[in-house]
Amino acid sequence: MSEPILSIRHMVKRFGGLTAVNDVSLDIHPGEVVALLGDNGAGKSTLIKCVSGVHLPDSGEIRFEGRPVSFPKPIDARSAGIETIYQDLALANNLDVPANIFLGREMKNRYLGGLVQTLNDRQMLREAAQSLAALEIQFPTLTQPIESLSGGQRQAVAIARAIYWKARLMIMDEPTNNLGVPEQQKVLELIRRLRDQGVPVILITHTMPDVFAVADRIIVMHRGRKVAEKRMADTNASELVQYMVGALDDTRTVA
Amino acid sequence: MTDSNAIAAAMEPRLSADKRFVLLASRLWAWVFLGVMIVFFIIAVPLFGGATFLTVRNSQNILMAIVPVLLLGLGQTFVIIAAGIDLSVGWVMSLASVLSAHAIRASYNAGAPLFLAVFLGFAAGVGGAATVGLVNGLIIAKLKVPAFIVTLGTSFIVRGLSLLFSENTTVIGLPEGVRDYGNEALFYWVRGEGGGFYVLERPEVTGALLRSMDRILAWPVVITAVVVIFCIFLLKRTQFGRHTYAIGGNMQAALRTGIPVDRHIIKLYMLSSATAGIAGVLSTLRFTAGSAVIGDPLLLSSIAAVIIGGVSLFGGAGSIVGTVIGALIIAVLTTGLVMLNVQAFWQFIVVGAVVIIAVLIDQSRDLILGRRGRGS
Repeated sequence: MSEPILSIRHMVKRFGGLTAVNDVSLDIHPGEVVALLGDNGAGKSTLIKCVSGVHLPDSGEIRFEGRPVSFPKPIDARSAGIETIYQDLALANNLDVPANIFLGREMKNRYLGGLVQTLNDRQMLREAAQSLAALEIQFPTLTQPIESLSGGQRQAVAIARAIYWKARLMIMDEPTNNLGVPEQQKVLELIRRLRDQGVPVILITHTMPDVFAVADRIIVMHRGRKVAEKRMADTNASELVQYMVGALDDTRTVA
Repeated sequence: MTDSNAIAAAMEPRLSADKRFVLLASRLWAWVFLGVMIVFFIIAVPLFGGATFLTVRNSQNILMAIVPVLLLGLGQTFVIIAAGIDLSVGWVMSLASVLSAHAIRASYNAGAPLFLAVFLGFAAGVGGAATVGLVNGLIIAKLKVPAFIVTLGTSFIVRGLSLLFSENTTVIGLPEGVRDYGNEALFYWVRGEGGGFYVLERPEVTGALLRSMDRILAWPVVITAVVVIFCIFLLKRTQFGRHTYAIGGNMQAALRTGIPVDRHIIKLYMLSSATAGIAGVLSTLRFTAGSAVIGDPLLLSSIAAVIIGGVSLFGGAGSIVGTVIGALIIAVLTTGLVMLNVQAFWQFIVVGAVVIIAVLIDQSRDLILGRRGRGS
């Protein structure tokens, strides 16, 4: 197997007396979708926030693309190439698709030696259309505020934004939550397409059908610890549920 | 490509023709309302008031009347689009008027030429105003106190300062020529025998001809127009404007995409105070006196203009052109009702009703579009 793009070793994160992430190690390889599974409070969100720069782990090591890294702030993780798409998507609903893709990093025309700078909306529209096309996403119009788009479409905008800014690892938090069934399928299809383009995806979820639809590998967490790591072919839904509720635990029963 | 077509089909937003019509109507109603109102007054004023509504002089009076309200509203438009509010602009305008009067008088008495004195008046008025905006912005952005409370507080402080600096009265004793800066115009039009059209120079006329002389585009109107164009450019064409919309649309998204939100908010309140400051200086030039009470009555009118113009108090939506139309609607309405000899209190009642109707129209648009709550 290829070199892991992300590898976590013995990560620990405590909040006061609570150990939210307890000695977790894992690897993510290029071009795979890894589902991070667990009940509420299992520690999967905390683990992810340590990777995306929201929390600083108390101990342990993160290596990204072979180098040890530390992300004191979310922006540090993003500039390293780790994009996290939370459930609220971080989109401005009153702006159009290109404005959202380029939010905070707008393309500008410079006049008078940079004294006067205007938005280069035409260029941003062109680039946005290209990046959506690369993901085979088609919208009837890109120049309407995205509040007129459906939940799945906005999810697609968030993904396209991450890809445009050269995300080399995508972390998605419950991406199919609050979506209708057809839209869930479209988002899962997008995730597969990301994998096919070589971008690994960590999928945080507790929706079992999502896991079986897209994941190559599954990591189950329970009470802060990693209790199972399975290849898709080697497991089934009822086994995973037993891991999730703590009935099975590889770290205890298997050497 | 069947794949992507399927995605497009499943994801396509459906906006029926009638919804699109409602959307268009809700965007254009302010223009239509302004047009209908002008036509109404053109017909009704001669019938009931005996005067003519649509005259050059009347149109210029309306433009002069909207100058302060509009200037207060311009900065406010930016602030409200970013989901803030600036209640201090009325007294900030007063402060700027007082400060500019002092600066003009002092520098002129110290021997400065008039144009330099006026320039220093602008610097003192707008600079003093922007300082208040800096304080507002710092407290709102860094100490996370709600804008409503901060600007309410500073408006009292600035009120006190204005009265203090003006010694509880108006600042008078300004050089005579100041009057020209606040009242003379780009064009003059004298009707009748021996009259004509003059550019940039006031014709030497007397008697009946002087009474028939109209000033077209007085300097305060020209300056305001320049500020309007600058604001349109800033809001629509620059990163500053884009970030203003983004902060009002979804503060969390703005933060997470790396927009320097705190710095931006400070700039917004400085901009708001600065346009109020310009209004204050222009009023000093117009009346050849600094007044500590000139701005306060205009605050609510300016917010009304912004709201009528379609700026959402929840942030994220609105335009400068909308605010200009809002200010025009209020001014035309007020002038028209005066010319119809309607008693003054009716003006307030009608303006109030228009504000509420404007918000109702905006809300019905959101309802019809099934607009989701912002920030999700």
